[in-house]
Amino acid sequence: MIFFFQNLVNALQWGSFYALIALGYSMVYGILMLFNFAHGDIFMVGAYIGFGVATGLLALVSMGMITAPSWVILVLTIIFSMILTSFVGMIVERVGYRPLRDAPRASAAITGLMIGIILETGNLILLGARRVSFPALIQTETYNLGGVYITNKKIMIVVVSLALMLALHQFVQRTKWGMAMRAMAYDYTVVPLMGVSINTIARLTFAIGSALAAAAGILFGVAYPVLDPYMGIVFGWKAFVAAILGGRGSVLGATLAGFLLGFIEIFVAMIFPSTLRDLIAYSIILLILVFRPHGFFGEPYSARLRL
Amino acid sequence: MRKGLYLMVLTLVVGLLFSPCTWGAPKTIKIGINAPITGDIPKVGEGTKYAAQMWLEDIKAAGGLDIGGTKYPVEIVIEDNEAKAESAVTTNMKMITEDEVLVIVGPQSSKQAVPAGEVANNYGTPMISPWSTNPDTTKDRPFVFRGCFLDPFQGPVLANFIKEEFGFTKAAVLYDVASDYPKGLAEYFKEAWEKVNGKGSVVAFESFTTKDADFSSQLSKIIRSGAEVLFTPQYYNEVALIVQQAHELGWDKPIVGSDSWGSAETVELCGKNCYGLFFSTHYAAAGAVGKTKEFIERYEKKYGYVPDDVAALTWDSLGIVQAAIQSTGGLTGNIEEDRKSVRDAMAGVKEYEGITGKMTFTEEGDPIKCAVIVRISEKGEFEFYKSVCP
Repeated sequence: MIFFFQNLVNALQWGSFYALIALGYSMVYGILMLFNFAHGDIFMVGAYIGFGVATGLLALVSMGMITAPSWVILVLTIIFSMILTSFVGMIVERVGYRPLRDAPRASAAITGLMIGIILETGNLILLGARRVSFPALIQTETYNLGGVYITNKKIMIVVVSLALMLALHQFVQRTKWGMAMRAMAYDYTVVPLMGVSINTIARLTFAIGSALAAAAGILFGVAYPVLDPYMGIVFGWKAFVAAILGGRGSVLGATLAGFLLGFIEIFVAMIFPSTLRDLIAYSIILLILVFRPHGFFGEPYSARLRL
Repeated sequence: MRKGLYLMVLTLVVGLLFSPCTWGAPKTIKIGINAPITGDIPKVGEGTKYAAQMWLEDIKAAGGLDIGGTKYPVEIVIEDNEAKAESAVTTNMKMITEDEVLVIVGPQSSKQAVPAGEVANNYGTPMISPWSTNPDTTKDRPFVFRGCFLDPFQGPVLANFIKEEFGFTKAAVLYDVASDYPKGLAEYFKEAWEKVNGKGSVVAFESFTTKDADFSSQLSKIIRSGAEVLFTPQYYNEVALIVQQAHELGWDKPIVGSDSWGSAETVELCGKNCYGLFFSTHYAAAGAVGKTKEFIERYEKKYGYVPDDVAALTWDSLGIVQAAIQSTGGLTGNIEEDRKSVRDAMAGVKEYEGITGKMTFTEEGDPIKCAVIVRISEKGEFEFYKSVCP
């Protein structure tokens, strides 16, 4: 039982990352009907920007320019990095996607892959091939709750992720901008005729998705403090799976599917030999998709893909 | 038409006859370095490159490589294999066929050295991998050599060390199933451990795949298995993550590693979490004497950090190559013949006193040398703990 709870805690943390990244995929896919394959690399860029911001802030603290407790630095790092990365997202949209909006879907999908490679190799040239160690922003404290080990980092990661997801949900459901996004997701040929600019909404979508990826990147850096330029590739693919599993453009769906993916991966490794983890985990997901081709919250009308 | 073709062939043949490589002046000796400059383990590539550059400096200072009284200019060709098996193979191909290197030094890790060794052997080009510990690298390949001990030796060394040092009977292993080196070593360790402690004494044998960052479910299983020690033959980037996560999940028992831990970056990435842990390796920088000390001081002065085992082994491998080339007594200028004679000379090296210790060579081209158990000190330095000889 203790073993089960320990894995549950692990899975919650692991699922948070998938959920945060899946949200970005899901939103872009929901609104523009295209897969932003560069999203995993935006996650990587976010982690590196977070690394830069955190290092800068820590340098300021050590020089005595500012005094702040470590959690304030963490919050500031997350906020600044989210803002900076959202600009990266907007640039990606402007350069890579807007010119191709009327191009065949396949071309737009390829753009994402290319931008991803550009971001990876750009980073490689900029910072070199060595890995960077994400600064320890908060001192790790381990709590032993009757045999289940929980760290303050794990709690922080899950809480921050859930807060961001809730904020996004509120934004999409309650604000005018959110309404415009939902309308665009419903039909992006008719809604612009009603006076909603598709360019603005597309930019907004990329900005929000990238900001969430940046948050995921920093939280990732806090939990797994080794960053490398290729860290986003496989992670991005898996989060993409979660986005599809959740259903097109569904915030709730992407969140739940992200957590589900984390749970499946962790629990499969718990029950079966870990060598078979991905084999079994992704077979299960394949099976789910066979029975629910539109994902959990996807609606059948989205089947008229303009591919 | 036919005439034109003959003329063309004739021109080419005449051109070849008079091309500089057949002339009398000593031809430049090219030595290929196949290293992971980018990719997963760039620090390994850096150490390789720096050691090779230092070696070249010495040769240049001496006015070239002295073979039987003639000084030959030497050039090193450093190529990046991106720490990928495929790239290591194409890199070897390129160096053999295009750059026409005499000898190849590298690739370093077994993942690249095993497939790349195949190419070198097929093309009759001598290759020496300084760091690859997997037996397959040199097995049945007369042209392939290495500068370090083998995993079948390292596995028992570690199993016996843990047994003697701690007296444990239950061990857990966590390794990357998609990489030759950790997988091979994990299996050798398991075999050796079960030989000492009986069947089933490896209570958890868990794996993951390259690029994974979360090991929590594997580690939870290991903790639950009741193991007394964790053995993880991983590279430095994964070591940092594994050790940290293990501690966060409540693991407070020893974690032991292999020579892949011996990078200057292990402590940088892992920090305090790794202090007090043990691993086996080829040499220990702290407390070195003689030639080894000289090398360390020179390297540190030049590049600003203490060289790791890869740099030291690359240095020794280049030394072996140098000794072999010199003992050929002279090169003919025909690259294929020269490669053959260098190979024979390398196979003939019976004993070599390097900075990583004295080594003798077996029929397979593998050295027999001592392993060193290193403890990561409270200052984060690699401290000599014990020497284990075969």
